Amino acid sequence: MERKVVIPGEVIVSGEEYLPGEGTEKRGEDIVAIKYGLAEESARLVRVIALSGTYQPRKGNVVIGKVENITFNGWMIDIDCPIGAFLPVSETPRYVNKDSMSEVMDINDMVVAKIFGVNGRGIDLTINLRGLGKIEEGIIIKVNSNKVPRVIGKEGSMINLIKKETGCNVTVGQNGLVWIKGDKIEDELLVKRAIMFIAEKSFTSGLTEEVQTWFDKNKKDKKPAKAEKEEGEEKLK
Amino acid sequence: MTPKVFKRPDGRKPEETRPMTAKVGVIPNADGSAMFSFGDTVAIAAVYGPKKMHPQHSQNPEKGTLRCNYNMLSFSVSERARPGPNRRSMEISKVTEWALEPVLMIDKYPNMVVDVHINILQANASTRCAGINAAALALAHAGIPMKEMVSSVSIGKLDKNLVVDLIKEEEDFEEGEGATDIPITLTTGGKITHIQLDGKINSKELKEVLKLARKANKEVYEVQKKALKESIKF
Repeated sequence: MERKVVIPGEVIVSGEEYLPGEGTEKRGEDIVAIKYGLAEESARLVRVIALSGTYQPRKGNVVIGKVENITFNGWMIDIDCPIGAFLPVSETPRYVNKDSMSEVMDINDMVVAKIFGVNGRGIDLTINLRGLGKIEEGIIIKVNSNKVPRVIGKEGSMINLIKKETGCNVTVGQNGLVWIKGDKIEDELLVKRAIMFIAEKSFTSGLTEEVQTWFDKNKKDKKPAKAEKEEGEEKLK
Repeated sequence: MTPKVFKRPDGRKPEETRPMTAKVGVIPNADGSAMFSFGDTVAIAAVYGPKKMHPQHSQNPEKGTLRCNYNMLSFSVSERARPGPNRRSMEISKVTEWALEPVLMIDKYPNMVVDVHINILQANASTRCAGINAAALALAHAGIPMKEMVSSVSIGKLDKNLVVDLIKEEEDFEEGEGATDIPITLTTGGKITHIQLDGKINSKELKEVLKLARKANKEVYEVQKKALKESIKF
């Protein structure tokens, strides 16, 4: 089945053999959309992918958040989502003394974490895996969470292109926060501009090629004097 | 007696609505937004949320809450309207909430609120209908789960003639029995979520009104559907 845009209440497919997935509901024989987005079917499972709206946390998502509060057994993390997220002490890789939790992560520190559970009352996070943990340096930017799949690209093609072109380390949180870490601030700002470019053009097909040409053009201009000017423009924005 | 065709001030047929336009994504900062217009009546709606309900004492731990805010901008009418909430706008906000709530599936969002802000940019009657239509589009655009869409239209009775989608001039009609205004909101499935009546009508005529509303609402629905589908370009 080809992908199509559906609106709430619209019948996507009809027939006993289909199963309702995310964003859909079964009403008699019909699979009905309950959300606005792109409908797709794989192995008889019909689901609707949202293209707009707020970030919906899901198990297994890697997110970037800010420490909001420290409680006696963990940290409250703000991940730009209506339900609060909690990172318990037990989910840290090293032993943490409960009296000195602020030394590990203080309020306003940024952290990369993974969602290991979503229940009605809140989100549980973990940093007990490779690549997760407190962010020490670099810059963090925000893009619309619905554009994250485009920033990552098919099987990470886009993000690998950015990494290769700039030499920066880029971590994209599913909630739309992007952590960029490079050796030079100019490289980090170049990544920032590249990601803004992707977010702006997120509906174009063949975007990876377009970003490649964008890099070729923008990197050629990078003579020292010009780079300074570009940085100034960045501040103006 | 010769059957004389009732003439409307703007030359429309009795069952004809004004030209409708709809667009989604008009407010980039909102989580969902839409514009809907019936001729000169233009409404924009912005949806924020679901987000944590503030103040905390109005949180509902059982299910999510819908909060609507209808506002007529001071320049929307020919004589400047005093800005800010008033009796009329507060009533319409509440009525809009009731019209939209039956289709929303926000019971999975406890302690949270979905805010809908409706602003009337230009008014020429049927503002609450345009507002509800814009709000339904904006809610869908914000990715809020909904059972189905809602569409709204006003049916009027001028003397003894039933007409669809009143304009201000018709609302002020005074000949014969005068004017009756009946805004009706229906779901795609044809269920009524909101009906109001301002004036006098008998039950036989009201049945006729519902029949007209069902037909006109289908047209509104098609416009809404088109707006949502066309906002995504590949």
